[in-house]
Amino acid sequence: MDLEYGPEYDVFRKQVRAFIEAHSHLAPPSSDRAARPSSKAVEWQKLLIEHGYTARTIPQEYGGYGAEPDILQSRIIAEEFARARVPGGLSNQGISMFVPTLLELGTEEQKRRWIEPTLKGDVVWCQGYSEPGAGSDLANLKTSAHIENDEFVVNGQKIWTSTAKQADMIFCLVRTEPDAPKHGGISYLIFSMDTPGIEVRPLKTMTGHAEFNEVFFTDVRVPMHQIVGQRGQGWFVANATLGHERGMLGDPDALENRLQALIVLMQEERLGQGRAIDNPVLRDRLVALQAEVAAMKYNGMRILSNSLRGEPGGMAKLIVKLQSCELAHQISALAIDAMGELGILYHHSPREREGGAWQWNYMFQLGLIIGGGTAQIQKNIIAERGLEMPREPKLAKISDAAKATADMPRHKQGSA
Amino acid sequence: MDFGLSQDQQMLRDAVARCLADTCPLEHVRECTERDNPLSDKVLRAVQDLGIPGMLVPEEHGGLGMTLLDAAIVAEQLAYAVAPVPFLASHVLSPIALSEAGSEEQKAHWLPKIASGEARIGVAISETIEVRDGAGVSSAAGKLNGTALFALDFEGADAFIVADSGGRLHLVGAKASGLKAIALTTIDRTRSVGELRFDGAEAEPLADDGGATVARLRAAGRLILAADSLGAGQAMIEKAVDYAGQREQFGRLIGSFQAVKHMCAEMAARHEPCRSLVWYAAHAFDAIPTEASLVACHAKSHTGEVHRFVARTSTEVHGGMGFTDLIGLHYWFKRIGFDRQVLGGPETVRAEAAALQGWIKAA
Ligand SMILES: Cc1cc2nc3c(=O)[nH]c(=O)nc-3n(C[C@H](O)[C@H](O)[C@H](O)COP(=O)(O)OP(=O)(O)OC[C@H]3O[C@@H](n4cnc5c(N)ncnc54)[C@H](O)[C@@H]3O)c2cc1C
Repeated sequence: MDLEYGPEYDVFRKQVRAFIEAHSHLAPPSSDRAARPSSKAVEWQKLLIEHGYTARTIPQEYGGYGAEPDILQSRIIAEEFARARVPGGLSNQGISMFVPTLLELGTEEQKRRWIEPTLKGDVVWCQGYSEPGAGSDLANLKTSAHIENDEFVVNGQKIWTSTAKQADMIFCLVRTEPDAPKHGGISYLIFSMDTPGIEVRPLKTMTGHAEFNEVFFTDVRVPMHQIVGQRGQGWFVANATLGHERGMLGDPDALENRLQALIVLMQEERLGQGRAIDNPVLRDRLVALQAEVAAMKYNGMRILSNSLRGEPGGMAKLIVKLQSCELAHQISALAIDAMGELGILYHHSPREREGGAWQWNYMFQLGLIIGGGTAQIQKNIIAERGLEMPREPKLAKISDAAKATADMPRHKQGSA
Repeated sequence: MDFGLSQDQQMLRDAVARCLADTCPLEHVRECTERDNPLSDKVLRAVQDLGIPGMLVPEEHGGLGMTLLDAAIVAEQLAYAVAPVPFLASHVLSPIALSEAGSEEQKAHWLPKIASGEARIGVAISETIEVRDGAGVSSAAGKLNGTALFALDFEGADAFIVADSGGRLHLVGAKASGLKAIALTTIDRTRSVGELRFDGAEAEPLADDGGATVARLRAAGRLILAADSLGAGQAMIEKAVDYAGQREQFGRLIGSFQAVKHMCAEMAARHEPCRSLVWYAAHAFDAIPTEASLVACHAKSHTGEVHRFVARTSTEVHGGMGFTDLIGLHYWFKRIGFDRQVLGGPETVRAEAAALQGWIKAA
């Protein structure tokens, strides 16, 4: 075990720190949750790219900074921004999920066309995967694209599409080979949300906001070259994106930031004569969460070291989405408990804390336990891929199970 | 021994359930909660027709003289229907406060009006549990000063019963000069709370009984919140089980996955004993007063924990659908969130339970 990054990295760390000190006044507020980045956020993003503090290893010809990949430098940048509580580069479905996918699997032309405007916040993307009948069982998707006059013609419906209302572009899974086996007939198309035939209906969520949408496609025409990977290889491409999504959702720096905010809250929130943090029970929960966040942080460092050695992430990596999303939810839960009755204030109430951010987070983090592969699906993955346990047998067919449910006595209102 | 609801109580439960199924479908709740003032006159009238406002008003004052267990049965049904109507303060706590500590004059003036639905009284006792933002009310020479946060059943109240920092109760008109009433909004739009700021507002004291009545109000309030969370939890479990029996993924009903079955079973296993605990605690309030405060603490803190689990787990069973507004699952989720925090979250209430048993000094 050697935790020193080495003297050359100390110099680098000092540079990062100096940059943050000199420029943090230009940073947008970290509470900025808008799907389309504000002009302040866009300016900040451009400044960060220019100095190599985000999009660091993305080649210059694609709008990045073009540094040699150096995971430790990236780590230092993340650490320093988190420490200073200054927002780092933008993270959204385009930047954190689509760009890395394109870098791996896109054509040269696609990379040149899409990466730069995406990085700079000018093009916002949404992810068209889930459908009413295809959530956990994503490969069951039915949205079709047949070929007509050298174009894909897309018909069908997506659901739970985050930020579709604000997005300029969509990366979208469609079935191009209806006769191929389930996973084999899927393609990964990219097209503009302004294409005729697309209708977006916002869906209000439990938070009271419309964080996601239904998207309907009627004869949406997409040029043949707007495909990532080959026809019928969409499942493979989609999984590359999903891997990046789970990494984004499990980001230990984001957890660390929420934890820091919770520590501040509990030091500032008055409870009787003292502060919330003076209450031994609440403090005990805080320290327990702090330990868990630390574990996830070091787990992240271990994954990093594995990848520096060219080794796979293994179990340490498989558990990240499950554990981090749960932990983020628990951090918000404790914040609400520490606020006591004030913890339920919402909808811009007088005395509401931090614009209702904790309640919003408590609900939204629950959404993220579900989104990007539910907790149950994550557990199946950990058991089957990580622990190599036997896969579930194909049990009841729907007809049998439906019958069993119909025969069941209803468990309704508790009896006396 | 017969641990359970009497035949009358079962009839009461069924009558309230039927009435709310008719008058308060989810669509109505949705309509109400999208308005500025979400309280439903229609449901309130239906509840009045059942005599609910007078349940805890003694018969000699025009009420039904029923027990807290009866009120708990109603609370459970109100939550099951996420009914946007006042209940906790206006139909439970204020009649108890007036019956136990009101003067003959106060009783004669208010109780018949409460029973008939003509008047509603909000209740603010949070500062006797936990002081936030330096709130607190002082009383001197018939005047109140300071702030009471979290007046329950705030909207449309004609008067408030307010605890001062010494635990004495005061009755103050909603329009009294020197009272500024500020609505607060919470995650749960089906119930209303507000903040009362007093600047020399004139108030009538209730009997000074050394904090005995306010302790009764804490116990009754917690018990009713526990019963509420029971009803909301029941609804969320039923919805999860129904959904799991309809939704297909991977060519199977999701309810046939053990992961989903176990989520539902664990909800049921943790939820079911809560019902017994709530019934016992409600019974104790009238029949075993020496135990009432402690078991109310247990009921409140335990249902608070169990139903936080139920709320998130039922949402998870529903997948993305649970997170949307489409099927309205979040109405129950938020009702449970409210029940957990109001009149003391689990940690606070457990500390009080420990103090009641002399294990630690009272906070
Ligand atoms: C906040 C949020 C944002 C989202 N953003 C997007 C987006 O931008 N783009 C997009 O395409 N999608 C998005 N989604 C959709 C998300 O990917 C799906 O909700 C998720 O994959 C679950 O699918 P489902 O909702 O259909 O639930 P279902 O698959 O119907 O699951 C219902 C329940 O069954 C369980 N279950 C299902 N299969 C199994 C199994 N084999 N074993 C055990 N349990 C099982 C699940 O765990 C869950 O508890 C988002 C969802 C949320 C909540």
